[in-house]
Amino acid sequence: MITEQEIWQGLELVKDPEIPTLSMVDMGIITKVEVRGESSVFVEMTPTFTGCPAIKMMEGMVADRLKEMGIIHVEVVTTFDKPWDSNKLTERGLMCLKKHGLAPPVKHSGEVTMELLEHTECPFCGSKNTEMKSPFGPTLCRSMHYCNDCLQAFEGFKPVV
Amino acid sequence: MNTTAIKELLYKMADDLLIIGHRNSEWTGLGPILEEDIAFSSMAQDKIGQSQALFQLLHELGEQEPDTVAFTRNAKQFHNAQFVELPNGDYDFSLMRHFLYDVADQLRFEMLANSSYEPLAKVARKIKGELKYHVFHANTWIVKLGSANEESKARMQNALNDAWNYALGLFEEGEYETILISEGVFTGEADLQHRWLEIITPTLTKATLTLPHENAWEPKFGGRLGIHTEYLDPLVDEMSEVFRVDPNAEW
Repeated sequence: MITEQEIWQGLELVKDPEIPTLSMVDMGIITKVEVRGESSVFVEMTPTFTGCPAIKMMEGMVADRLKEMGIIHVEVVTTFDKPWDSNKLTERGLMCLKKHGLAPPVKHSGEVTMELLEHTECPFCGSKNTEMKSPFGPTLCRSMHYCNDCLQAFEGFKPVV
Repeated sequence: MNTTAIKELLYKMADDLLIIGHRNSEWTGLGPILEEDIAFSSMAQDKIGQSQALFQLLHELGEQEPDTVAFTRNAKQFHNAQFVELPNGDYDFSLMRHFLYDVADQLRFEMLANSSYEPLAKVARKIKGELKYHVFHANTWIVKLGSANEESKARMQNALNDAWNYALGLFEEGEYETILISEGVFTGEADLQHRWLEIITPTLTKATLTLPHENAWEPKFGGRLGIHTEYLDPLVDEMSEVFRVDPNAEW
């Protein structure tokens, strides 16, 4: 029988549709995997943002991947039982974001303030001499910044509690 | 738990979010600068998504599917405050409404994160963090424009004066207010209004704007009971136009 660990490993191939370098596992949005018998798997997910338009699509991608792995009975549900927050990104996830040119979210301690966003580290040159241009960006989970040292506009992944 | 009381609470919150979300989306393509266009469009997406999560809770309590509830009712069946249905007006009014509404909503969800009704508490814990960004955005512009130059200050002050009584209408109490409070579902509109005033006052002071005198406070109530301004009908028509073309379409 397939193990829970094998399922987690298999799901590492499922990437975020908006950030193709980042897996859903590293994103921290897969909150539970349960092997429920021979060829039957249950997966629980949670969206980064309530209004994330990609969640249905991501449920489908997870289900497709599991079927590819030979699982016959697949159940994928989305809940808010264990809500996502940006600290749930894995170390590898943070690296993937940076490689994609997105400033990773700063670790928070249960509170997000404007100050936390004001001097986000530039993913291109590493400078902290930056400013936030807008707390909103091309997707709900991103903000827009400008680096005063390398004179580049860049996007950041928002810290969220 | 009194389900009727919980439904009343969920309906008014979901409707506020859906209608303000629609109004926010009207700035898409028309925002004064690109970043602002994106900001209002993002907030629209957040709010409509949040309303969907609340309609889903209502569905779990026996109401119809979220899409059906959102797009097949007529204006009289909506429980949103009149404040959120008012037209966007100029950018000053949109920003002022955004500030007054979002501070209130962010507080509301913060309070509901401790609700005794666990399904709502879970959703609230998620939403309150998202709304933080809406409040950041609003605060920045209120302070910036309130103290920029004579014209911007005058415009923001007028917007505040125009918005004020409608904003107070957000805190209209419902029929089940005391039940919601005694059952620990929600600590109530009066408590929310009190906390809201404590938060908005220092920001408005920093923006050098003045609250209307307390003698002139006349909350625009009625929205929670289905009494709306002339502006909601056309909004609902437009919002549901595509849905009505083919209600059974799979999206």
